[in-house]
Amino acid sequence: MGADADHAEALAARVAEAAARGEALRIEGSGSKAFYGHPVKGVPLDATVHRGVVAYEPSELYVTARAGTPLADLEALLAAHGQRLGCEPPRFGGRGTVGGMVAAGLSGPRRPWGGAVRDLVLGVRCVNGRGETLRFGGQVIKNVAGFDAARLMAGSLGTLALLLEVTLRVGPAPAAMRTLVLACTADEALERLAAWGRLPLPLTGACHLEGRLHLRLEGNEAAVDAAAARLGGTALDDAEAFWTGMRDHTLPFFAADDPRPLWRLSVPPAAPQPALPGDWLLDWGGAQRWLRSEVPAGTVRAAAEALGGHATRFRGGGEASVFHPLPPAARALHRRIKAAFDPAGILNPGRLYGPEGP
Amino acid sequence: MVNQKAPSTDARACLAALRKALPDDALLTEAEALRAYECDALSAYRALPLAVALPHDRAQVRAVLRIAREHAVPVVARGAGTGLSGGALPHPQGIVLSLARLDRILEIDPRNRTARVEPGVRNLAISEAARPYGLHYAPDPSSQIACTIGGNIAENAGGVHCLKHGLTVHNVLRIEAITLSGETLVAGGAGLDGPGYDLAALLTGSEGLLAVVVEATVRLLPLPESARVLLAAFATVEAAADAVAAIIAEGIVPAGLEMMDNPAIRAAEDFVHAGYPVEAAAILLCELDGAVAEVEAELARVRAVLERHGATEVRVARDEAERQRFWKGRKAAFPAVGRISPDYYCMDGTIPRREVGRVLARIAGLAREHGLRVVNVFHAGDGNLHPLILYDANAPGELERTEALGRRILELCVEVGGTVTGEHGVGVEKLDPMCRQFDEATLRQFHALREAFDPERLLNPGKAVPTLARCAEYNAMHVRAGRLPFPELERF
Ligand SMILES: Cc1cc2nc3c(=O)[nH]c(=O)nc-3n(C[C@H](O)[C@H](O)[C@H](O)COP(=O)(O)OP(=O)(O)OC[C@H]3O[C@@H](n4cnc5c(N)ncnc54)[C@H](O)[C@@H]3O)c2cc1C
Repeated sequence: MGADADHAEALAARVAEAAARGEALRIEGSGSKAFYGHPVKGVPLDATVHRGVVAYEPSELYVTARAGTPLADLEALLAAHGQRLGCEPPRFGGRGTVGGMVAAGLSGPRRPWGGAVRDLVLGVRCVNGRGETLRFGGQVIKNVAGFDAARLMAGSLGTLALLLEVTLRVGPAPAAMRTLVLACTADEALERLAAWGRLPLPLTGACHLEGRLHLRLEGNEAAVDAAAARLGGTALDDAEAFWTGMRDHTLPFFAADDPRPLWRLSVPPAAPQPALPGDWLLDWGGAQRWLRSEVPAGTVRAAAEALGGHATRFRGGGEASVFHPLPPAARALHRRIKAAFDPAGILNPGRLYGPEGP
Repeated sequence: MVNQKAPSTDARACLAALRKALPDDALLTEAEALRAYECDALSAYRALPLAVALPHDRAQVRAVLRIAREHAVPVVARGAGTGLSGGALPHPQGIVLSLARLDRILEIDPRNRTARVEPGVRNLAISEAARPYGLHYAPDPSSQIACTIGGNIAENAGGVHCLKHGLTVHNVLRIEAITLSGETLVAGGAGLDGPGYDLAALLTGSEGLLAVVVEATVRLLPLPESARVLLAAFATVEAAADAVAAIIAEGIVPAGLEMMDNPAIRAAEDFVHAGYPVEAAAILLCELDGAVAEVEAELARVRAVLERHGATEVRVARDEAERQRFWKGRKAAFPAVGRISPDYYCMDGTIPRREVGRVLARIAGLAREHGLRVVNVFHAGDGNLHPLILYDANAPGELERTEALGRRILELCVEVGGTVTGEHGVGVEKLDPMCRQFDEATLRQFHALREAFDPERLLNPGKAVPTLARCAEYNAMHVRAGRLPFPELERF
């Protein structure tokens, strides 16, 4: 565990030096999501040294933290003030930094109701590929001055800029939480969720695996009671453990020693289940579907695309592109956006789409 | 600022090409007809364009963009023209591209809770189409009867209910847009995200500089089971501001939390007779929504907080009729102010909530210095101020004094850690204050990003992001004026 420290200048100088030499950098946080995206050839740059919460005002609903701040530290601080991050980011292997959370842009089971990582980003301070320190957004909730390059950082996997500091919107933790379990097939679960989605229920989690639909209700006691009475099912005792397992991928479904690739399909929530062989886990009320399967990448992608969605090769599975291939015009635009931030192509080159970039 | 030059040869060739590509009713070139498009709702800025194109479909939109690019003629997209920062102000040598005729709701999908719409669809029309399914589109700008979803996306519009339910950026899932080179871009996806960079986030709030939106898929939320509103009166603005912070500190995120100061209360009361306490220095309107039992419980907590923080009176609307009446005064506040002053100028800075009391006091001081009156009615929950400066455009020098005061107010917002625009956009209006908020490297990055989409810079040129030359001049002027602005601030 390192101590809080401000390394902003040294990090910016390091990027500027690399830019001058045309030397590729591989930005490293805690490494909890090192498996995600394409491998990067470059000199490691340790971003974890720049850490610490810079500003936190519970009644302003924001927190500003240096990118190397461990996610666990940030969440503990928020919890001590009865607050939390709505996006419920994963902590693979119990690790993760604030910068890594934003760069990867991965959100947990609460995403459809609590917002995605990008929804919580209010501002960033970052270093572009020229070694210039820039500020986008700010600390206030409503801000439309300048292009929203702060939210653009979410999910860009360090290919546009090295994050120094991020400001995130935070929200109150609820007074009550309850998890209900209903036995049903995946198709039945999707059918029920499509109907319940139109009701004002305090849902904050809906996932189906192994013939059981898990529903999480959060809010004040009265709202949770009323909704529970309406939905039926049986209460789950070790609910915390279940949602943590979903969030951090520690449920057996996600086991790292499973030889089959792990696919993530992002589709409209009520879309029918694609007829692909393998094991499924439905999250986000159906909008995020996990698939363990040996079917070829092209088949998985065609199925997701047919539903208006896309598929990510999340873990395993060899050579296929990790992210859903883009049409040629979009690919070219992505390269131009990358070049606008990082003309020499030194920041995590190829992490998103492989050697051809960005 | 009316500017009517004879079209150049290039422009004439462009018009000829447009005439060939579009049906007769889709191109306006007569000065009389162009007049209707000379400004948006910031009417102090006006210019007549070369022509107005009113395409009927996407293919015609693409044709207009292609022809404009071939002839190097600027294009300004336009929705309903309700923008308050001059974003849709025509370019005197350019074409206005109105999306008003692309106004079909293509699909309401109740199972996936989405609406797929063309860009010219009005904000309120989406909620009206969704209501039979128990759903609505949450962002609700006060202009929602008129403004379009394309304009909302371009400005990242907010509304009274955005504190809890999010801004436009949080409620748009997928955007189809056409770039100047005629390519169709898909940003986001039919699910909750798309592959690659988050272009949906980037396009939202980009003020028509990156691409022209031709279709959007928006998220629909269930209509709340119950919505109740409280009205609280305070003897000082500071007490009202403290109460706002206290409600949030209590762990409650109201659906809406609005503040009006005494001049706003009086103007609104005279206009719509909402029953507001006209002696109060400030009132808060706090709306709670959700399940019946939840709302009742929160109502009691909010009332206790308000009373603890010195509210002189707290009223809960007893029924839907009274709730509508409480809101009517707030929603009619701008026109109400229009009745007490020949003209008013609406500002839009956001500040950290803790600064509300102090900043309002300083605005009052600045207003006195400038010999002008300011009325405040704003989104207190998210610190988004809307000071309305009252003036008379016919009184010599008043518009200039008003603009000077407006600039000081926006500088003040930046000084306390806020921003020059919370929801109305930069447009042409806030180019100078942008120089204060962003340093040169960041502005250069904005320009580079824009050129990744539009290398010729023909989409809405001269808006949203000031040129470096302009900022150099602006900043130099301020230093020359003898005071380095905000010497206590870090220069970034
Ligand atoms: C009385 C009043 C109250 C208001 N209240 C609010 C409020 O509560 N909250 C709020 O946020 N705003 C408010 N506004 C401001 C305004 O209504 C919003 O900014 C709205 O989003 C503008 O929509 P529009 O269709 O009128 O766009 P326009 O004014 O026509 O255009 C605005 C900008 O969008 C661009 N644009 C338009 N359509 C497209 C497209 N299809 N593709 C690309 N770019 C496009 C234009 O080039 C321009 O830069 C208010 C305005 C008025 C007059």
